[in-house]
Amino acid sequence: MNIFVCVKQVPDTETKIQIKDDKSGIKTDSIKWVVNPYDEFAIEEALKLKTSLGAEKVYAVTLGPQKRVQDSLRIALAMGADEGVVIDSEEAMDTRTTAKALAEAINKTGNPGLVLTGKTAIDDNSAAMVQQLAGTLSFPHCTNVTKIEAADSTFKVEREIEGGAKESFEITGPCVLGATKGLNNPRYPSLPGIMKAKKKPVTVHTLADLGVSPSDSGMRFTDYKLPAEKPATKMLEGDVDAQVDQLVDLLKNEAKVL
Amino acid sequence: MKALIFLETNNGKIKKSSFELVKWCADNNITTQSVILGDFNDDIKTQCETYGVENLTVFKGDTSYSPLNWAKSLSEEISSSSANLVLGSSSVLATDLFSRASIISTGNYVNDCTELNLEGDKLTPRKPLYAGKCSCAVEFMNENTKFVLMRPNQLPSGEEKSVSTNISEKELSNSEASVKATGVSESTSDKADLTEANIIVSGGRGLKEAANFKLVEDLANVLGATTGASRAITDDGWVPHSMQVGQTGKTVAPSLYIACGISGAIQHLAGMSGSKVIVAINNDPDAPIFKKSTYGIVGDLFEVMPKLTEKFKSVL
Ligand SMILES: Cc1cc2nc3c(=O)[nH]c(=O)nc-3n(C[C@H](O)[C@H](O)[C@H](O)COP(=O)(O)OP(=O)(O)OC[C@H]3O[C@@H](n4cnc5c(N)ncnc54)[C@H](O)[C@@H]3O)c2cc1C
Repeated sequence: MNIFVCVKQVPDTETKIQIKDDKSGIKTDSIKWVVNPYDEFAIEEALKLKTSLGAEKVYAVTLGPQKRVQDSLRIALAMGADEGVVIDSEEAMDTRTTAKALAEAINKTGNPGLVLTGKTAIDDNSAAMVQQLAGTLSFPHCTNVTKIEAADSTFKVEREIEGGAKESFEITGPCVLGATKGLNNPRYPSLPGIMKAKKKPVTVHTLADLGVSPSDSGMRFTDYKLPAEKPATKMLEGDVDAQVDQLVDLLKNEAKVL
Repeated sequence: MKALIFLETNNGKIKKSSFELVKWCADNNITTQSVILGDFNDDIKTQCETYGVENLTVFKGDTSYSPLNWAKSLSEEISSSSANLVLGSSSVLATDLFSRASIISTGNYVNDCTELNLEGDKLTPRKPLYAGKCSCAVEFMNENTKFVLMRPNQLPSGEEKSVSTNISEKELSNSEASVKATGVSESTSDKADLTEANIIVSGGRGLKEAANFKLVEDLANVLGATTGASRAITDDGWVPHSMQVGQTGKTVAPSLYIACGISGAIQHLAGMSGSKVIVAINNDPDAPIFKKSTYGIVGDLFEVMPKLTEKFKSVL
């Protein structure tokens, strides 16, 4: 049995976003790329569960232009994943087509007992991959997971729902689980880990190898725009009493939000 | 076009954001079928009759959420109603349900939309990307069922419109046994959920210590507001993570967001810059939060907040 972790490379949260002149996307030349923060929880959990599940290997899987995404894959390998799988593609695809490519790559590698990934990616925040990947693999899923206890192929998981409540489930694997903050504290890659990662095997697939075509997509993102400028901030002058009086008046009579 | 509207229930009531969708469809003359899964009672029925829900299917069964069974029942309703648009409000549950059902029903799924533009029969939602640093139009390229989730508080609020709701009852699927719900802990708050709240008062590290979060609670109480927090203080355990607003917390869009002792880091702004009116209270005139605010008070929150609470008490 193998564990698979799907890792997405995303722009660092501090990166300035600029739009291409034809509005078809963002300019990618000066972006700093990082591993999607939620996927780091997934990688950590895969490494922790490898022993308790008696898994043979932990595979890190990623999709994107190989030249670029291999950096993120190396981080997963340096943290401790055994092997890498890259689906080399420059194409923009919708989430269901991406899910299909990942599912094919996982099945080709073989014997998935558990698939982990972040509950969402912070770039497009689609929060779709856990469910769509599970649907494509015909596995059960659970997302927003903050706790996993695994024995054989039974997964006792806890997930966070609205209002701060926790919901618990017992899932019969193989399954896809979506990691969120609180699940664990991801380790930093160690220096020996980084050295070892350089020698770990990485398999590269094209979309065609996996029988997936970007034209299967039913949706695309167009007409990118920067947000409209906010009107100038009204700074309230005077002593505290005057500021408080003005604020309450403005909220009541100008903004009308009370 | 025919829309299936998912009315999400929480604590025995339909969430108010669901009625934004009912109104949007009515305003655009779109034929609708609505659907409720699991939870149903007389209060919910009254809500439907008050807010113009004309046709409703209720899937009765286990009220605890089961991802696979719910997705199956939703897909069943999509086929039987021949809907080609499925609408819901973005939430933890709806995101999970819609994306899974979009595989069963071979549909196109998009969440967290902030606009829903309709020209003739062509629907083009917009959604924010990169934590709101830009947005894009979502173009559908085939006729497959569209699964669209709107961020709450973006469309006009639902409107009272008395109707007699035509209800049909079905059995919620229970055939999928690979995921078994084993329990739910008590919700930690009886206030409106952050993502649904109309007013939010949030506190950050400027509060200095956990006990001072009371200043935030006091102000929130007079306003009937929900409380939120920056990551600095959820990480330090002053308040639970579920209260965190921002890129790795909740995305909120209330009418009024009051940020107290929060610097306005990009990751915090990502979660709240969609708010209609933003008030910042901070003693540093250069704090980035002021750039995104509607109204700013440069001052010591320990002085400003109690006075503001008193003032609201006297006028509200
Ligand atoms: C990947 C990633 C994801 C993140 N996700 C989130 C997220 O989801 N949400 C989030 O909030 N953060 C997030 N962060 C953290 C974020 O970068 C900031 O560190 C955090 O928001 C700071 O919280 P703060 O404003 O409370 O604290 P600080 O930045 O320390 O600001 C405290 C503010 O209080 C003011 N202050 C101090 N004393 C007073 C006083 N007496 N009266 C009035 N004002 C006072 C100060 O002037 C200052 O502006 C994330 C970071 C990373 C790297």
